Amino acid sequence: MINLTIDGQPVSVPRGTTVLEAAKAIGLRIPTLCYMQGLNEIGACRLCLVEVKGMRGLQAACVLAASEGMEVYTNTPAVREARRINLELILSNHPQDCLVCERNRQCELQTLAEELGIREVRFSGEVSAYPLDCSSPSIVRDPSKCILCRRCVAVCHQVQSVGVLAPTARGFDTIVAPEAESSLNDVACVLCGQCIMVCPTGALREADNTEAVFAALSDPSKHVIVQTAPAIRVALGEEFGYEPGTIVTGKMVSALRRLGFDAVFDTDFAADLTIWEEANELVGRLQAGGTLPMITSCSPGWIKFIEHYYPDLLDHLSTCKSPHQMLGALAKSYYAEAIGVKPEDIVVVSIMPCTAKKFERTRPELVGEHGLADVDFVLTTRELARMIKQAGLDFGQLPDDSFDSPLGLSTGAAVIFGATGGVMEAALRTAYEWVSGETLGDIELTAVRGLENIKEAAVELPGTDITLRVAVAHGLANARKLLEAIRAGEADYHFIEIMACPGGCITGGGQPRPQDVNDMNELRLKRMRGIYQADKALPIRKSHENEAVKELYEKYLGDIGGEKAHQLLHTHYTARGKYPRQIKQS
Amino acid sequence: MLEAKHCVGCRQLNDPRYEQLEELIARYKSQKGALIPVLHEAQEIFGYLPEEVQRRVADGLDIPLSEVYGVATFYSLFSLKPRGKHKIGVCLGTACYVRGAGAILAELEKELDIKVNDTTPDGKFTLEVTRCIGACGLAPVMTIDEDVFGRLTPERIKDILARY
Repeated sequence: MINLTIDGQPVSVPRGTTVLEAAKAIGLRIPTLCYMQGLNEIGACRLCLVEVKGMRGLQAACVLAASEGMEVYTNTPAVREARRINLELILSNHPQDCLVCERNRQCELQTLAEELGIREVRFSGEVSAYPLDCSSPSIVRDPSKCILCRRCVAVCHQVQSVGVLAPTARGFDTIVAPEAESSLNDVACVLCGQCIMVCPTGALREADNTEAVFAALSDPSKHVIVQTAPAIRVALGEEFGYEPGTIVTGKMVSALRRLGFDAVFDTDFAADLTIWEEANELVGRLQAGGTLPMITSCSPGWIKFIEHYYPDLLDHLSTCKSPHQMLGALAKSYYAEAIGVKPEDIVVVSIMPCTAKKFERTRPELVGEHGLADVDFVLTTRELARMIKQAGLDFGQLPDDSFDSPLGLSTGAAVIFGATGGVMEAALRTAYEWVSGETLGDIELTAVRGLENIKEAAVELPGTDITLRVAVAHGLANARKLLEAIRAGEADYHFIEIMACPGGCITGGGQPRPQDVNDMNELRLKRMRGIYQADKALPIRKSHENEAVKELYEKYLGDIGGEKAHQLLHTHYTARGKYPRQIKQS
Repeated sequence: MLEAKHCVGCRQLNDPRYEQLEELIARYKSQKGALIPVLHEAQEIFGYLPEEVQRRVADGLDIPLSEVYGVATFYSLFSLKPRGKHKIGVCLGTACYVRGAGAILAELEKELDIKVNDTTPDGKFTLEVTRCIGACGLAPVMTIDEDVFGRLTPERIKDILARY
């Protein structure tokens, strides 16, 4: 252990600990903007400056290793002045439009300016001004608001192994951007939105569709239905002061009704339905010798990733549409017929923890037989929170309400779709019983839960000679490892679940941002606990026991994996390649 | 359909420089920190770093194109545009600046009919500005390739260019 003092307080830390982390251990929060532990330790923002006895000049605490006998001072006049100057310099090249910025009151830069007591910016000069990049349906890049902290770059390269954002040019001209001044839509960006989750300012945000949804809601000729993904209910509360992981399903349904939606459905219904189709597809591939391992297809960031980077492996994907697309397709067929409304008068709004789903809903293959897109609008959890605030609803005071039938009934197996490993667990709960004909005793398959990078399990199916080998990856850098193994012929699995975002949908790119970007894993665990609590609280916890799904097949779809099911619930994929943009020849 | 001249694949097939590039990448492939030396030698082969070369380097070294582009745009010695046969560098250091480098630059832009960082349509000259090159006693100065011209006046520019 290393012994040092920080502001006169003794502290002992393991060798290799930075002064910043040592300070944290004694409850001292040194301000940072660029720092992400283990991911972005680059000393760029210069806000974590500290004074160290015997060292010349001020030191960046995030990259300074604690050493024996070190005397650190974090709150001297020199430190305070230097931090303020550095922050003022950042602010001098930042649009001062906080009042109309999406991040108003939720902005790390703004918070730091307040905490450091900045009352004026003494520097003025040239200001970087770049055009907005609104090219993608998912993500808006606003480089004028970028402070060059490179947190998005770290996440895009290291966590997602996508790497479409990088610092370009030099000095004052530096801009974090895709190569060759391309827009996000022109490069192999998967639109996962993890960059949005770590951006300290308004430089990266979702494409906002709230106005369009308000407009649909006020159109009397439209029957507007809404569905909420599993992960929304354990995160939405954070926008209204609840602890992360608090289950707010009842209040969420109330809020949606008050907003004026004609029916409030649950994507969980379609998650259960997905399990029927996907488990059936898996069993089919096992029996008929189809392409294995089969890989899940509910994460549109993941789908775009494999289309760009591993198009040779597209056959491994399940052909199931993602659950909200299935629900959208059913809303404009089964449900429309049931209530006697023309499909073109139905508007489907999906509340998703995801920015990639905004892109997914625009895919031409996800248009139904009437020429109507399955889903008309996708809103992130953050956008829903904005709508609730704009409507003046006091979220905490709303009564609990429940989803509408029939597309609102679901099981515990569906809600766990929201966490990494959940789809796998749900599929196994069903596949086990379907294949073996026996009842699964302990339905909680803890081997596929949690935040380990790649999880593996083997499940013996009684009455058969099959031991089902499965793997689960979350975060695309982890997914890449499994894909490389498949390419090398070394992936001896039957079934793989992949979620683009680390932790799964609970911390998808459309979810409420973390209070502190360095507590992201803690946030994941809290929301994950909420998800598994919600599963436990439900009377039925296996998708194949969902009576509403059973009725759907009996009354409308016919056979599982049958013709109608294929037409409404399955899709296909497109090889996109690594460089979708053609080089401009001079 | 694409016209043949726009087809990157065909251009690469018919261009022996891409073979050199492949050899170059193979030589550096397993080395750490290979990107800068590879870009450097690639620029020697092609004269600049066109996007298809950047893509090839990114794929060959298994790094994202955004990173290749980031490095190529960070260092002023890398060029993303074709460079002329001769490189003119007008010193804009303090001494040259106060002794009239601005007028020299303006004369060059007029004479060559290009702006700074551009190349003449015939591919002969590329016009750049530099920081102090340490020849302050001769201010204002410019370089053409390895040659240094001092105590410049706008009137001398035409004659000097004619020597190349």
